[in-house]
Amino acid sequence: MDIGKDLVAASSTPLILAIVAEGDTYGYAILKRVSDLSGGQLAWTDGMLYPVLHRLERNGHIEGYWGESETGRRRKYYRITEGGRAELAQQRQQWQAVDSALRNIWFIALPVRRPAFATWRVRIPAPAFS
Amino acid sequence: MTPATEPTNPLEEHIGQWREYLRRRRTIRPGDVDELEDHLRGQIASLVSAGLASDEAFLVAIKRMGAQDEIANEFAREHSDRLWKQFIVAPESGARDAASRRDAFITFGLGTAAAVALKSPILFGIDMDTDPEAAFYVRNASLFVFPLLTLYFVWKRGIDARLWRWLAGAFVVAAVAANAWQYEGEADTFVLQVLHLPIALWLIVGIAYTGWRWNDHAARMNFIRFSGELFIYYVLMALGGGLVIALTVALFQSIGIDAGEFVGTWLAPCGAAGAVLVGAWLVEAKQSVIENMAPVLTRLFTPIFATLLVVFLGAMIWAGGIDVERDVLFAFDGLLALVLALFLYTISARDPDAARGPFDVVLAALVIFALLADGVALAAITSRISEFGFTPNRVAVLGFNLVLLVNLVWSAWLFIGFLRRERSFSAVERWQTTYLPVYAAWAAIVVVVFPPAFSFA
Repeated sequence: MDIGKDLVAASSTPLILAIVAEGDTYGYAILKRVSDLSGGQLAWTDGMLYPVLHRLERNGHIEGYWGESETGRRRKYYRITEGGRAELAQQRQQWQAVDSALRNIWFIALPVRRPAFATWRVRIPAPAFS
Repeated sequence: MTPATEPTNPLEEHIGQWREYLRRRRTIRPGDVDELEDHLRGQIASLVSAGLASDEAFLVAIKRMGAQDEIANEFAREHSDRLWKQFIVAPESGARDAASRRDAFITFGLGTAAAVALKSPILFGIDMDTDPEAAFYVRNASLFVFPLLTLYFVWKRGIDARLWRWLAGAFVVAAVAANAWQYEGEADTFVLQVLHLPIALWLIVGIAYTGWRWNDHAARMNFIRFSGELFIYYVLMALGGGLVIALTVALFQSIGIDAGEFVGTWLAPCGAAGAVLVGAWLVEAKQSVIENMAPVLTRLFTPIFATLLVVFLGAMIWAGGIDVERDVLFAFDGLLALVLALFLYTISARDPDAARGPFDVVLAALVIFALLADGVALAAITSRISEFGFTPNRVAVLGFNLVLLVNLVWSAWLFIGFLRRERSFSAVERWQTTYLPVYAAWAAIVVVVFPPAFSFA
């Protein structure tokens, strides 16, 4: 299944932040983790990961530093920053709101004609401007 | 930095090639290449452990990495600044980092040394602000700075001690020759010495620049490029320095302190001396990093100077002959020297294998107009000499115009042959690089022979 470009781009930030938040890691490991988490459905073009990492680094969400790989090669690791954690929390809220809205309409509202009072479930918070 | 790859391993060879291609992208820095390579290796390793042969794994990993164009574009979008800020003094990878820092350190050390050398005669009571002694500085300015510039290249190119002793010797000879004669009052030969000494000494710098490969045609061409770039950097630094000086004077004036003397005898001369070293270092450091400036400027100014020359020649015919006032002739020779420099840099910037284009016709026109102008100047100076006899200035002008004439005649001949597809562009290049020592030789003659020959007039 091909996931649309916009959706891949939008979901990359929370995914990468969440993976880096699990512990310091590096590009290839992040990509593998994304692939594992999505059961192989979210496949990025490998090279495209790095500009995203660099953008997150520039925005101060993650920090890169050079270390060594198991074979002694130079490897760039990333760690999450305080700003990154805050951003992750915010992203998480936003995605949960989207997720719950979609769940409501797909799994609850679709099969039955929804009574008017059930609409309270759908809580879409005002979009957060970051 | 990748460790030395084993030539027997095709995978390492592939990765090396891939790296090399990636490195040429302007928006991807060495650190990024390392990061991407680490990724590629990770991917290959996991594919190999899944059962693929290493060359298959390489192909799959490359494919997954994405097209280099797209990656470069994506990097460009994230790092649009890199399209501008190409000049990184310290590259990001380890070993080169230390080397370039040491390079910068030595440059600034030598720059400071040049400034100190320039001020050291104060210890012997030779001040800059008293008149007869100021002449000492004017005469020796290049002798304070160029040896340090030469030393920089001796160090940078790792020239053997047995060889660079000759360079040091040449500077000593030049210093003796320049200071052997004492003048009374204003002497023309003194002014000529001041004008020609730097040209002669620049050859010594050139020998050091080429790393004692002065006979190598390509190395000489590089030296021409270096000279052009250094000139541009120096002008830029001089503009900035002028601003600093103007602000310094204005600021201190506002609190009632006259900084003029300090600026005039310390800040400006020391800055001017140090800037030569810093400029040389900048040219060396950014050599292959940014588009060089000289080729761009030559493209702009070659048509302008060609037009200037043809308009001037036309106006002269219309007005009925060149005014043979001494100052006019000097200005005219200055213009010709500038045209020659322009021609040299344009040649050095041209791709020898490029097809003949309209710009080459403009360049040929420049050479031919310069040749005509040189002929006019020669006619003027010979008529002056036959009328009023020899003076140092006239002989210097005559010599300069003759040196130029030989170059221009042969250049025009070669260039027309090039346009007529009879020979390649490298013939023009080769002639110019072959001719370089002639300028220095003529300058040396003016410095050494003229003062006694004209009895210090």
